[in-house]
Amino acid sequence: MAHGVIGSVNALIGGLFLLTSFAMVATRQVRGCLQQFVYQSILLAASALLIGGSSASWHLVAVGLITLITKPIVIPWLLRRTVPERIFTRREVALTINATASLLVALGLAVLSYFIARVLLAAAGAEFAAVNLPIGISGLLLGGYTLTVRREAVPQLIAILTMENSAFFAGIAIAPGLSIIAELAVAFDALVLAFVVGLLTRLIHERTGHTEVARLTELREEGER
Amino acid sequence: MTARILYNVLQVLVVMVFAPLMAGTNARLKEIVQSKRGPSILQPYRDLWKLFHKDEVVSARASWIFRVTPYIAFVAPLFVAMLIPVLTSYPLFFAFMGDMLGGGFILALAGFFACLAAVDAGNPYGPMGASRTRMVSFLVEPVFMIVFFTVSFVAGSTIPYIVQQRWVASPADFFAPSHVLIVLAFLMIIIAETGRIPVDNPAGHFELAMIDESKSLEYSGRGAALMKWGGEMKAFVLMCIFLNVLVAPWGLAATTSVGAVLLAIPLVLLKMLGLIVVLVIVESSLAKLRLFRISEFLGAAFVTAVVAMIARLFAL
Repeated sequence: MAHGVIGSVNALIGGLFLLTSFAMVATRQVRGCLQQFVYQSILLAASALLIGGSSASWHLVAVGLITLITKPIVIPWLLRRTVPERIFTRREVALTINATASLLVALGLAVLSYFIARVLLAAAGAEFAAVNLPIGISGLLLGGYTLTVRREAVPQLIAILTMENSAFFAGIAIAPGLSIIAELAVAFDALVLAFVVGLLTRLIHERTGHTEVARLTELREEGER
Repeated sequence: MTARILYNVLQVLVVMVFAPLMAGTNARLKEIVQSKRGPSILQPYRDLWKLFHKDEVVSARASWIFRVTPYIAFVAPLFVAMLIPVLTSYPLFFAFMGDMLGGGFILALAGFFACLAAVDAGNPYGPMGASRTRMVSFLVEPVFMIVFFTVSFVAGSTIPYIVQQRWVASPADFFAPSHVLIVLAFLMIIIAETGRIPVDNPAGHFELAMIDESKSLEYSGRGAALMKWGGEMKAFVLMCIFLNVLVAPWGLAATTSVGAVLLAIPLVLLKMLGLIVVLVIVESSLAKLRLFRISEFLGAAFVTAVVAMIARLFAL
């Protein structure tokens, strides 16, 4: 570790970040998923603040602050407001693959991403990238995997947001000088995404009484009901 | 040299003497969390005393395995106690007799005999509990291996004393992601191996739901006392490895003076009290998992350990 204390704290954050991604694969309850997402976003913000602070880039500090406000606070609040409470408290059993097998697949993905990151790191070795890049990539893959395995709308949304988090997590280490307007746009995008999907979920829930994506394949006329 | 042999014996005695105390503390704290008064923390000693003074009843059909098992269950943790740092931070006389894997194997041997004895006695609940224990322990085994190998990889040795020295020497590595995750995985293993709540309910008396307890149902008198004491010592030894090798390698005696070694006893007990508080919080805030959810719990432990390993192998 070149950076001593800051480096190892960042590495610790990375480890916990990876763990939340894994937890997201295996958590059954929707509320638990959301909770993991909140933890993950806080970890992302912490990493951004750390890297920003140590490389004196106020862009990253601003990104960290924006993340800290939007993701752990505003997005859960929005989802809580738009999505009916019943969806959060229900125990979601509908996993396409059971949790243990999912965890093993996820493990394979994580190992794979370390291999990929190795190649990438050889090309561009930034300071904190050794920790953030592989963990970001594996978070991305795990988010994609969660997206395919989950059948409910809200966990799928959370999986998309996780992928966005992970891409950020890798990005802040590779490109610390990214202009603030891009970061702002992405943060706003995530907000709008959460809002729209939340509203859609609410509508679907009102119409059909469930939010299982797999069961929404048939088209129905309005008058049929 | 004689001092090192004596301290080694002292270490074994400490494990023997204080294991029931820790079990009692654990039970008492749990009762307090549930806003009950609970028995005195000395209750396990009284139980042992009572059981040692009772007659033993052995089924006429039981074979020698049934008779031998309590002694194996009692002695195995004592052997492990010789190998691990309980009081001192320098290797004692028997330290190089076996490494962490050796310790794991010795504990597994005791578990193996306990299962055989449970089947031997012919109690219908015995084989059921034995098979469940096997299920839990074969899921725990790979996690144990990965935890030990990762830790050994960091320290360059599988001898617990050397691993412990390594953490004392470089506290910067203490917050490395691999170390934190290893600690987490090991905590989950301890919960599973000592039959604590998300996996097993030690306070339950319903035979159908038992995992760990049902193996010693058939024992009475001295046999029951030895099994009970052995179980308490096993928990003590596991907590010792967890604390002294992984989490808090400080507070052990660094010199060979008698005072330092004696001072280490209350420090170790204090650290263990902290760990017990954590375990009690975990136990009180979770519900017991259904039998087939246990594989998920241990799968999570496995994933945590493997993530720690790859983080170690690739990131540095």
